Amino acid sequence: MNQVSRLFRAREAGIFVMLVLFVAVVSLIQPRFFSTETLRIVLLAVPLILVAAMGQMMVLVARHVDLSIGSILGFSAIAAGMVFRDHPELPLFVGFAVGVLSGAALGFVNGLVVTVFKLPSIIVTLGTLSLYRGLLFILSGSKQIDPNDIPEPLIRMAQTSPIDIPWIVIIAFGVAFATWLFLTYSQIGRQIYAIGSNPVAAPLRGIRVMPVTILVFTLSGALAGLAGLIYAARFGYVNPGITGVGFEFTVIAAVVIGGVSINGGVGSVAGTVLGVLLLGSVQVALPILGVSGFWQNAIYGGIILIALVIDRTVRQGGLRGLLARGGA
Amino acid sequence: MLRRNLMLAVALGATLLSGAAYAGDPVSIVYIPKNTGNPYFDSIIKGFEDGCKTLGCEFTTVAPASAEATSQIPFVTAQIQRGVNVVAISPNSPDALNQVFDRARAKGTIILSVNSDMPGNETHRDAAILPVDFTKTGPSQVELLGKQIGYEGEIAILSATTDAPDQNVWIAAMKDTLEKDPKYAKMKLVTIAYGDDDPQKSTTETEALLANYPNLKGIISPTTVGVAAAAQVVETAKKADKVKVVGLGTPNQMRRFIENGTVEAFQLWSPYNQGLLAANFAVGVKNGTIKNEAGTVFEVPGLGKVTVEKDSVIKTQADLTTFDKTNIADFNF
Amino acid sequence: MNSIEKSPIPATPPRVIVREAAAPRPRWQVWLIRPEVVTLLLLVIAAIVATRLSPFFADLGFILESSTYYIEFAIVALVLTIVIISGEIDLSPAAQMALSACLFGTAFKAGAPIPVAMGVSLLSGLVMGAFNGVLVTVLRLPSIIVTIGTLILYRGLAQVLAGDKSISGFPSWFVGIDYRMVGIVPVPVLIFIAASILLGLFLGITIYGRQIYQIGTSEIAAIHAGIRVRRIKMGLFIASGLVSSIAGLMVASRLGSVRYDLATGGELTMVLIVMLGGTYIFGGRGSILGTFLAAWLLVIIATGMTVANIAINAQLTVMGLLLIVSIIATNAIYARSQR
Repeated sequence: MNQVSRLFRAREAGIFVMLVLFVAVVSLIQPRFFSTETLRIVLLAVPLILVAAMGQMMVLVARHVDLSIGSILGFSAIAAGMVFRDHPELPLFVGFAVGVLSGAALGFVNGLVVTVFKLPSIIVTLGTLSLYRGLLFILSGSKQIDPNDIPEPLIRMAQTSPIDIPWIVIIAFGVAFATWLFLTYSQIGRQIYAIGSNPVAAPLRGIRVMPVTILVFTLSGALAGLAGLIYAARFGYVNPGITGVGFEFTVIAAVVIGGVSINGGVGSVAGTVLGVLLLGSVQVALPILGVSGFWQNAIYGGIILIALVIDRTVRQGGLRGLLARGGA
Repeated sequence: MLRRNLMLAVALGATLLSGAAYAGDPVSIVYIPKNTGNPYFDSIIKGFEDGCKTLGCEFTTVAPASAEATSQIPFVTAQIQRGVNVVAISPNSPDALNQVFDRARAKGTIILSVNSDMPGNETHRDAAILPVDFTKTGPSQVELLGKQIGYEGEIAILSATTDAPDQNVWIAAMKDTLEKDPKYAKMKLVTIAYGDDDPQKSTTETEALLANYPNLKGIISPTTVGVAAAAQVVETAKKADKVKVVGLGTPNQMRRFIENGTVEAFQLWSPYNQGLLAANFAVGVKNGTIKNEAGTVFEVPGLGKVTVEKDSVIKTQADLTTFDKTNIADFNF
Repeated sequence: MNSIEKSPIPATPPRVIVREAAAPRPRWQVWLIRPEVVTLLLLVIAAIVATRLSPFFADLGFILESSTYYIEFAIVALVLTIVIISGEIDLSPAAQMALSACLFGTAFKAGAPIPVAMGVSLLSGLVMGAFNGVLVTVLRLPSIIVTIGTLILYRGLAQVLAGDKSISGFPSWFVGIDYRMVGIVPVPVLIFIAASILLGLFLGITIYGRQIYQIGTSEIAAIHAGIRVRRIKMGLFIASGLVSSIAGLMVASRLGSVRYDLATGGELTMVLIVMLGGTYIFGGRGSILGTFLAAWLLVIIATGMTVANIAINAQLTVMGLLLIVSIIATNAIYARSQR
């Protein structure tokens, strides 16, 4: 166990070094990058990914994957936006509740279908990716939520707060901290790791796999819903056709870079936060360096694959062990 | 093989009712916007609907989920099959639809390109309904920004995609104006960024503009998604007094920024009138009352006289409409 | 070890199938309760419903013409069926189509004659497939996540290569494969039928076909039986890449232009076709016949809804629901009737 936790730490240190190296290299090429202004931009870019990444991380740790979060994000943003538009008299938290709860409900459906019918989550969530997008078009009547309809206090959450760090940044890191507490100190949190590292043994150890798995998907949905509100705050409007499209790949990239293993059971909040920060820095650095945005996806894809190979190499005791054992 | 035949037999088993509208039926028009859920096209649709109410034509609208180049093709094919007389479309690609358009026209369907043209592929459509005289967009945007920054300082452009045909025409005109007109001699275009009409990418690109050009005085964003994103970034960065944002936007999208002072003015035209004009033109051509050739002049109720220009291009209005604090309350689209 | 089972998929341990002690089912029941039969039934129902929905639907020429918009995905889905039967999955073909088509376009623009450009494109398909194959069989990474990574990578590379511009101007003999007819049947449909027969025979009567089923049923048993599992899987990924690049070329011919976003989201359509055809997501079961029928089912549903002017909202919803319902049904059928 001690060795495993050392490995974790080594891993996070590795990501941290990558992040520092990246910032250093970019700053050398373009000194403007190393500034508080850039830090501000990165911090603003990060909350959206970070919140959803916390959910996706738990899903991956439980040896599942959730491809539907982009559509859930869009659905929740539209649902909350419709509350804001049609009932401007209601306080802000009602919209938040609608966003988070609708996300949770959609996540719950994912979890239910996956566990009850014992289906692979990747296919189920590929289906709900399309299904939820369709539902959000139906819910919204294909109508955009205009900037007028987004309440002023919500937009200010992406701009400021009493301590001058925008609220959405505080919320995102708050969510990360809460996730860390949940995974480290709650029994259920540790059961998620147990399920992911050995799904066969988990029930034998008295873990109720089904409810815990459903909970994980529900949390992932709820956090994607919260990300929907962050989206509305940051971009100031919600378009049913654009909001959240392709978001799942960004989040999965961030989580995998953060050292969360797709084989379940391995992954930490600290690593994921670093992964998100690294991805956010790449996103912000490309246009500042004048690199064409066309490179972004290729770089994400490449980073995911490299992270996968590193993950496998580390766990199989170096490249030699990997190749030696690969024989079939 | 056997099973496939079975399927076909089932399909054929029902009565064959395909194709052609009956003589004397009202003209049927379908409008296919770029994608569903885009408020800009909702106004065009409204124009079509109102036009068809008075003209007595049948109007429907269908749209794909995404603005990807090929997403409209199945819809066009299905509409040909439905036997509609006129397919009005805001094409997602200047060339990917050529084949299906040719096929539609071979069957007698009239293809109208609405809101943008298909540069280089004009022979594949019957006519293009454009919102405004496109040669005026560039200069008029430059003037709008120039006025606000005292005709002096660094400016940048935030466009849609690098191959967006309309935007590229406008940008070329902007460059031309900045270069040739001595009035703008002190305005320096530092860069052109592309936000792909994606809120997130437009936001990052605008942020990079602000970071890379600390002396930036203004941003022109001739695309509705871009101008809203640029305004949002400038507001968030609390730089509204230092960096002026102008562009092409819809009043509903920009109202907040006008009201809180982030944006002084922006421009557009009337998408509603485009729909109205397209409906009138379509019915006229179908019924033979309007000739689809250069030089034809026809009357659109509410819009006055309209001329068909070279290559069957029709412009809905000559000059752009400017929206600012004084008039934004009058518009709702 | 079946690599799909190692990947983030199973909710619970793969269920142990206990043979029922009850009397064997009558033969007609075993025959009837097969996923392919369900697909065929759905096909008939869909055709009837579509005919009812719109009077414009029941026109063979129209259905065949519309089918060309989905047939490229269906052709790839045939190979994907075999990949899934072998216990792996490939989510990257749509991105491979885009990249190989963009390579074709770029080579053509650079002055290469069309046959050379096509060669480049096909070669790229082999390379992309082999890259997936190496990651899965040599580095032993789960195909599901590897191909999500390569999905993003390949499409990203297509974007790097072609930017957001479309490449066109191909000679007229190359353009319009979907308008070339044999009788009333467009050429792409013929290619699909031919590929179905060939792959159906390959899977049904060759030794490799049998071995692929064995690998999917139990990879460990297959290894012990002396089957060259890694080589076969490598071959399947390469085949998937090759077919994807052929499909990419077909799209290029149909549209007369290529762009990086070509076939976006196609992975959903392909997986949907395979699942609708009753192939078992955990491997070992499924058939080309099922996929063949499912492709027509998809064509009829999509075309029927589009010609009936049913809004895209409903279309997305129906597609998503169909995918989920079809895997639930297939799972249930396989749990009940064993082959």
